Amino acid sequence: MQNRPYNGVFPGLTILLVAAVLLSACLGAIDISIGEIAGAAGKLFYNGSNYTLHERIFLEIRLPRVLFCLLAGAALAVGGVLLQALFRNPIIEPGLIGTSSGAAFGAALYFVTGAMFHFHAGVWMLPLAACAGAMLATFMVLGLSGSKEDGKTGIVTLLLMGIAINALFLSGTGFLSYIARDPQARSITFWNLGTLSGANWDSVIITAVVVTLCCWRAMACAAKLNLLMLGEEEAQLSGVGVKRLKIEVMVINVIMIAVVTAFTGVISFVGLVVPHFLRIWKGADNRYLVAAGALAGAILLTVADIAARLLLRPAELPIGIVTSLAGVPVLIFLLKKKKYYF
Amino acid sequence: MLVLSGITCIKNNNVLLKDISVQWEPGRMHIVMGPNGAGKSTLLRIAAGQLLPASGTVMYGDRPVTGFSVKELAAVRAALSQQQELAFPLKVREVVLMGRYPHIQGKPTLTDKRYCREAMGLLDLEDLSERDYLSLSGGEKQRVHFARVLAQIWERPPNGCRYLLLDEPLTFLDVHYQFRFMRQLKTLLQQQDLVIVAVLHDLHIAAKFADNILLLHKGRMAAHGSREEVLTPAHIQQVYQLDSEDIAAVIPVYHQPTSVSHT
Repeated sequence: MQNRPYNGVFPGLTILLVAAVLLSACLGAIDISIGEIAGAAGKLFYNGSNYTLHERIFLEIRLPRVLFCLLAGAALAVGGVLLQALFRNPIIEPGLIGTSSGAAFGAALYFVTGAMFHFHAGVWMLPLAACAGAMLATFMVLGLSGSKEDGKTGIVTLLLMGIAINALFLSGTGFLSYIARDPQARSITFWNLGTLSGANWDSVIITAVVVTLCCWRAMACAAKLNLLMLGEEEAQLSGVGVKRLKIEVMVINVIMIAVVTAFTGVISFVGLVVPHFLRIWKGADNRYLVAAGALAGAILLTVADIAARLLLRPAELPIGIVTSLAGVPVLIFLLKKKKYYF
Repeated sequence: MLVLSGITCIKNNNVLLKDISVQWEPGRMHIVMGPNGAGKSTLLRIAAGQLLPASGTVMYGDRPVTGFSVKELAAVRAALSQQQELAFPLKVREVVLMGRYPHIQGKPTLTDKRYCREAMGLLDLEDLSERDYLSLSGGEKQRVHFARVLAQIWERPPNGCRYLLLDEPLTFLDVHYQFRFMRQLKTLLQQQDLVIVAVLHDLHIAAKFADNILLLHKGRMAAHGSREEVLTPAHIQQVYQLDSEDIAAVIPVYHQPTSVSHT
């Protein structure tokens, strides 16, 4: 697959991304000017000290949040691309097959038990707990919906099983927030709605490492995923080791989504809307979808985050509410506008 | 040469295939026939290396099929399945280029693209090459996939044969393309390293084009040999449970030597 008129796609998306990032860095509960950003950067690089208040807010709160938002958006969109390619169905996203709710449960369990037993074992514990929960939920969905007959997974069974397992893990998270003491309960609730307000340099670094590695592996899988569009049998006949590919893609997806979910809570619709939009725009080549999806997901979540910070200023909305509010009409519009392929 | 020996396949305590042994040489048109549920597709999947038999071996030349990696095998063996489930908006030439995957390291080369164009040319697809695959008719889609599997094994490997396994390739084609398609297969067979095995239902087409027919019935070999040996009223009666009046409808086809001898 080549010779598609992709010219302009990547420069265009990059320009949009830079613009969104600059806006996002400037706007918020407190507006920060470009001059102050430059000042903070200057002092950072030339070993300066005595930062102004705004410069400190930028370096310690705003910048990690902006960077984290990029990474989370990219991860969610690429996760959607991977799952849709894997199941050959454009309505799948990580939230639908238990990954997000499992991660949420794992993280909630860590919050509550961590507070109960007073252990705080390093910055990697939260993402690891989320990964474990996400793995458990996702593989429960996959395992239970595979038919005994031929081991194939029907899409309807998969979605229904996803609903069941999501309900199970959501009620588990609900139970945890019920028995939790007040501050933890509050962070669990907030976090079921999705929020970027907790982003700090630790979470940025962890997420950057994980998302970069996962996106790199995702790019390496993309050509094989293209063949999977033909069907599993055909892909295998064409030389793709389907079993290994499926496992690799699921593992990439679960780790990436779980780590992001661990820090942000559940953010839906990015993984659904971004690949849809890109596919309508330039076609279904997964190499293009992974690369452009990472950029477009970052843009979308950054814009959503700006909205989340500005709509109720100086308070802020959970970003999950913004993405759902904006995502639903967009999705309906896309589906109505173009006769789509299911 | 593709050699299956002693193939038995059991699934859920049902014997799908029982002790099938057959040799498919290059340069001849091998047809597998039989009623629904006779095990034709299962046999083809076993031959393609997609399914492991309970017992028996599949040899590609002097190598067992289990000795190939998925990609190695795909470089010499292409197979067209009964149903295609592609449901994404791709251009026709993009679908055909997918066939080149086992030969491509990194990006497709000009040679890969040339092979795809040649394969598409063989199936009258040049004019459709920029079309959205999803907008095509069932027969056009089938031709696209045929071009894809041909592109997969377009060039001769340095040693050994190429293998083309077709499971009911004519289902969605009109009569023009059914004959056209079979003729092109015959032409391709002149390249002496090509082994073609096709599952067909149409007795008339089989009678016209087959060099060798394997007739399956309830997972067993009911008959195997030249079309004259296999397509006899007795075999057809036994396997397809036709009454004499219906058999009369197929008899003229394979008993007119003029229509079968010059293909």
